[in-house]
Amino acid sequence: MSDNLLPDSEHIARIRRSRNNVLGLLLGAFVVLVFFISIAKMG
Amino acid sequence: MTQGASLLLPTDWRDFLALTKPRVMSLVIFTGLCGLLAAPQATHPVLGFTAVLCIAMGAGGSAALNQWWEADLDSAMKRTSKRPLPSGRMDKGAARDFGVALSAGSVFLMGVAIGWLAAAILALAIVYYAVVYTIWLKLRTPQNIVIGGGAGAFPPLIGWVAATGEITLMPVLLFAIIFFWTPPHFWALALFVKTDYARVGIPMMPVVAGERSTRLQILGYAALLLLLSMAPWWIGGTGAVYGLSALALGLAFLVLSARVGLRMPVEGDTMKPEKQLFGYSVLYLFALFAALVADRLIMA
Repeated sequence: MSDNLLPDSEHIARIRRSRNNVLGLLLGAFVVLVFFISIAKMG
Repeated sequence: MTQGASLLLPTDWRDFLALTKPRVMSLVIFTGLCGLLAAPQATHPVLGFTAVLCIAMGAGGSAALNQWWEADLDSAMKRTSKRPLPSGRMDKGAARDFGVALSAGSVFLMGVAIGWLAAAILALAIVYYAVVYTIWLKLRTPQNIVIGGGAGAFPPLIGWVAATGEITLMPVLLFAIIFFWTPPHFWALALFVKTDYARVGIPMMPVVAGERSTRLQILGYAALLLLLSMAPWWIGGTGAVYGLSALALGLAFLVLSARVGLRMPVEGDTMKPEKQLFGYSVLYLFALFAALVADRLIMA
């Protein structure tokens, strides 16, 4: 791989990493929400 | 960066967020929340949050579908050419899948967590915006905004139904207020971006019927809106806090509409009255629904 492609690879990895982080946070939040919805509906 | 080069990159999550039209969504969330809070029946905070989240997801999903369908039109309009699809930062298929998943997810979550009547109205709102307005009406009739305005009018109705589980006259009036607010709001915008709409063949009222007719219709809708916004007070659904606020806000809307309705711009006009009306119309809706909630809290 030539040197001038390296920054692009880093850029792609950075975009993927931030997307994965956001998706992980959203899924975590969804699990928490479903838990609280269940509690609220039981009440 | 060229479109080809952009598409080699994975789509940034911020572009997915941009696809949901967050600025428009803020008004949708606010009116939906107000419908929920103004309802006579209190909701569990978690369920209330979930209902508003579903409204936001539905609005975001239908906005994504709207941009997926209109990607070519958006690329030809200065106002929309920087969006993720026309600027080549996102693949069309990804936008479509995102829109479908968000829309379906919002309806399913609303049905399971809140109730299927609210979910059915949410589904209707999504189909209304993504199919009836975007695909069917927008390019066919200058009444696109009038009829399509129904899509944006659903949130307070959904919020109310999520809280009470039934449709009564009050949420229908809230629906009607936004329905009649939409034409003067969008036509004020269309008057100062007329060339953009004309270039891509969207039959907006100023392009098809002319400026004079559009300006008079703006004034007519503003007068109707004033009367309609007072109706919740007249039927006893709200107190004086809302009634007097609606009167003051509606009169200001009418005055600004009259400034637009009774003039014709000259060559090189800055269109200041039209821009002021557009800006005020957003403030108007926020303030009117805030007054509705304040009135409910005071009455309680």
